[in-house]
Amino acid sequence: MAMTVPAETVFRARGLTKTYRMGEVEVPALRGIDLELYRGELVVLLGPSGSGKSTLLNILGGLDVPTSGEVHYLDHELTGATEAELTRFRREHVGFVFQFYNLIPSLTARENVSAVTEIASSPMRPEDALRRVDLGSRLDHFPAQLSGGEQQRVAIARAIAKNPAVLLCDEPTGALDSATGVVVLEALERVNRDLGTLTVLITHNVGIADMADRVIRLSDGHIAEIRANAAKKPAHELSW
Amino acid sequence: MRALDRKLLRDLWHLRGQVLAIAAVIMGGVATLVMSLSTYDSLVVTRDRFYAEYRFADVFARLKRAPEPVADRLRAIAGVERLETRVTAGVKLEVPGFTDPITGLLLSVPDSGAPLQNALHLKRGRMVQPYSSDEVVLADSFADAHRLEPGDRLAAIINGKHKALTVVGVAVSPEYVYQIAPGAMFPDFKRYGVLWTGRHALAAAYDMQGAFNDVTLALARGAEVQDVIDRVDAILGSYGGTGSYARKDQFSNRFLSEELKQLQTTATLFPAIFLGVAAFLLNVVVSRLIALQREQIAILKAFGYSHVAIVWHYVKLVLLVVLLGVAAGAALGAWFGQGLSNVYMETTFRFPYLDFRLQAGVVLVALAISGAAAVSGTLFAVLRAARLAPAEGMRPETPTVYRATFVERIGLQRWFAAPSRMILRHVERRPIKSLLTVLGIACACALMMVGNYQKGAIDFMVDVQFRQAAREDLAVTFIEPTSGAALNELAALPGVQHVEGFRDVAAILRFRNHHHRSAVYGIQPEGRLHRSLDRSLQPVHVPAGGVVLTDHLADNILHVKPGDLLTVEVLEGNRRVVQVPVLGITRQFLGVSAYMQQESLNALLREGDVVSGAYLAVDPGAEQNLYAALHARPRVLGMVANASAIQSFYATIGEFVLFYNLVATVLAGSIGFGVVYNSARIALSERGRELASLRVLGFTRGEIAYILLGELALLTLAAVPVGLLAGIGLVGILVLAFESDLYRLPLVLTPDNMALGATVVIVSALISGLMLWHRLGKLDLVAVLKTRE
Repeated sequence: MAMTVPAETVFRARGLTKTYRMGEVEVPALRGIDLELYRGELVVLLGPSGSGKSTLLNILGGLDVPTSGEVHYLDHELTGATEAELTRFRREHVGFVFQFYNLIPSLTARENVSAVTEIASSPMRPEDALRRVDLGSRLDHFPAQLSGGEQQRVAIARAIAKNPAVLLCDEPTGALDSATGVVVLEALERVNRDLGTLTVLITHNVGIADMADRVIRLSDGHIAEIRANAAKKPAHELSW
Repeated sequence: MRALDRKLLRDLWHLRGQVLAIAAVIMGGVATLVMSLSTYDSLVVTRDRFYAEYRFADVFARLKRAPEPVADRLRAIAGVERLETRVTAGVKLEVPGFTDPITGLLLSVPDSGAPLQNALHLKRGRMVQPYSSDEVVLADSFADAHRLEPGDRLAAIINGKHKALTVVGVAVSPEYVYQIAPGAMFPDFKRYGVLWTGRHALAAAYDMQGAFNDVTLALARGAEVQDVIDRVDAILGSYGGTGSYARKDQFSNRFLSEELKQLQTTATLFPAIFLGVAAFLLNVVVSRLIALQREQIAILKAFGYSHVAIVWHYVKLVLLVVLLGVAAGAALGAWFGQGLSNVYMETTFRFPYLDFRLQAGVVLVALAISGAAAVSGTLFAVLRAARLAPAEGMRPETPTVYRATFVERIGLQRWFAAPSRMILRHVERRPIKSLLTVLGIACACALMMVGNYQKGAIDFMVDVQFRQAAREDLAVTFIEPTSGAALNELAALPGVQHVEGFRDVAAILRFRNHHHRSAVYGIQPEGRLHRSLDRSLQPVHVPAGGVVLTDHLADNILHVKPGDLLTVEVLEGNRRVVQVPVLGITRQFLGVSAYMQQESLNALLREGDVVSGAYLAVDPGAEQNLYAALHARPRVLGMVANASAIQSFYATIGEFVLFYNLVATVLAGSIGFGVVYNSARIALSERGRELASLRVLGFTRGEIAYILLGELALLTLAAVPVGLLAGIGLVGILVLAFESDLYRLPLVLTPDNMALGATVVIVSALISGLMLWHRLGKLDLVAVLKTRE
């Protein structure tokens, strides 16, 4: 793996395993992951259902803890952090985008964003965040008044508004049609490019992988392949 | 077991917290119904059986004295089937070791054979032997209060003569199920007793050989009671008859009937309120619970289950919860009912036995009402969910359309951060749901107030009666009306501070087609001890030349206003019938009476300064000596000490009220908690996903708790004033329903009462909040991102 510019390591994982106990059966989700993620890159995690990509993302985002191994975020060790420390980590450093948007229906687009900026330490203005995803004209609409793609872009604005170091997206286009999905991906691409936010994107859609700097393919809890795209495609050229 | 039924049981287990809370609400309603109705049924059945088995008479008459042959003339009246003459005597009693004044009523039993009417149920010992001179049978209340047993001795002062008596038996009579001294407000088993002795012995002691002063009659089936009474009165008038009366006016029976009527009111009104509230809450809670099953309903439909099958599935689920609640409520209610009946038996009504009865119909009614409330709530929610196409049902519910709230539109939004806006919009967005929650919690608050209201009301009633109106320490009655000069003798007794004489006379009061048998009291216009109070409870002077009536007597019984002319038929002496103007109304919570100035009453009776008794203010500490001095005076028949009356009241009625209060409070509390907990729990289910999303975004547990619990707190706080108002309304209904000749509960709500209602609701909310706090710590953050609802 050749990097042209030496970049700062944001996440470093070593020997990461995760085993779920389902009643009497132990289900291994991660079987030893070693991984570095760098500032500014756009990484696509690819793999079929059950390959462990969501588990990995959840551990990186402080939503879950590994069974063994360690994860470092910059110079902090996430493994062994308390619940309160993980909450603060998410609050200050991580932006999440979910497959089903998870907007608060009783808040407008602007307010959904400010719900997060109100508790962040150095956020951007909610209006700016929404403008970055081309929703400057729909600030005061409630989720019920927005299309699926628009709702997802509000979610992206909400995620980036706190100026996070990392943006974690779990199947952000999973609930959208192809054309709408592209608009959402364009927004993510722009955020990644303009703000330099490490962006990790989960998908099982191989077509999306072309927009990444690096593609990490997971299979059965292992990293099967890490591939750098020599020439990444702009999002608007993608289709599936 | 079919898969769907298995799902049902698992769902029940999964929802166990809410299932128990809903069952608690039903239990509260059903237990109140079962307790009240079973107590009522049991007492009615017991009374009817006791009256029939012990031949309670139909008509009663008292007179001064008539020779025995007069009985034959009475017996000849058409409709009279059986008749029994008796000798009765008011006596003073002496029980070794007890120094307070005791008055008693000594009744004769025939020397040959059992009484024809009003037979005695012997609890211990035996009847008096024919022609014995000193044997008595005691009423069990009096015997129990003094722990007197067959073989023990006591003394009576009959007609001024001291007589030693031996107890041979302890009995209960249908005539004295409820025992109270003449002129007393409450039963006092220690200071008033009923005794039976042989006719021969009593007649000898009371100068009644060959004569009688009391007669009871049993009427043939179909006899006109009023005709018989009129003819009896016509015969006994010249023998000093004071007016005969039917069973319905017999004191013990009348009190018993009034009390049973009240209990019946309680048994309808309380459960109607409790069960009504419970049914309403059940409906709300169940429909919200089912609404959460939207996706599951869609899946079942996708599988091909019909609407009917799905509805039946959820109806079964809800009915199981109802069944659980009704079973628990019926068991608890029967247990409380038995307890309540026993408290009645011990404190108020002396029945020889209790036929405890729990009618299956009562439980079925409870089941039907709860079932209907639950099933209608279920139907509504299931059908709404089932109307959707399965695919649509499985998709997440489209986001509800919210808008800026009123407070924000008027420009206050800058005062609210996003979480507060979420609370406000959520409340405003679903006004019906929020309103129902507020109403539910308010009902819980109101129920607490209803359950607990009586205690404060009775305290108030006692305070008005004994500290504002009847402020004497001691009321003394003479054996017969006496010259007012006797008051000087009383005033001269050591320890007596002040004496006020009174004259009282039995009379029938008539206005138009209304009438009432009552006492007319002649009191002192400037009296310091015995005062009449106006409608705002301020003391007022009784004006000369007319009567002042108790508000209930004037408004609800005689329908007479100040200025009207009242007809008074005196039942004593020459039995005059006169017209007397009504000059005022007096507020009185206990009993009903008519008041005049003593002079006016004396004039009306065409007599001089004559008194029937006196009210005394006594030096503290001088009571015992004064009792002894009064006891020794032959003209003094009875004494009622206010302090011991209040004490005995709290020991008897008080115990009953406390029991009822406790039960009602426990039941209202369980309903209250059930409602608040369910509201909170359902709010969590409805918004768990939203809150978990916020947790993922970095909100702390405290911050999301604010959103959820803030709404609960807001609704609870809104519910408290509504609940207090509803409570006042319900208590008002209760007060109206409870009005009777014996007492009227005042509409007073103490701060304690309101505080209790609010406290139970707030504490329930706090406990529910803590439980939710615990659950918020267990929110599955990962799952919420994957699943939609």
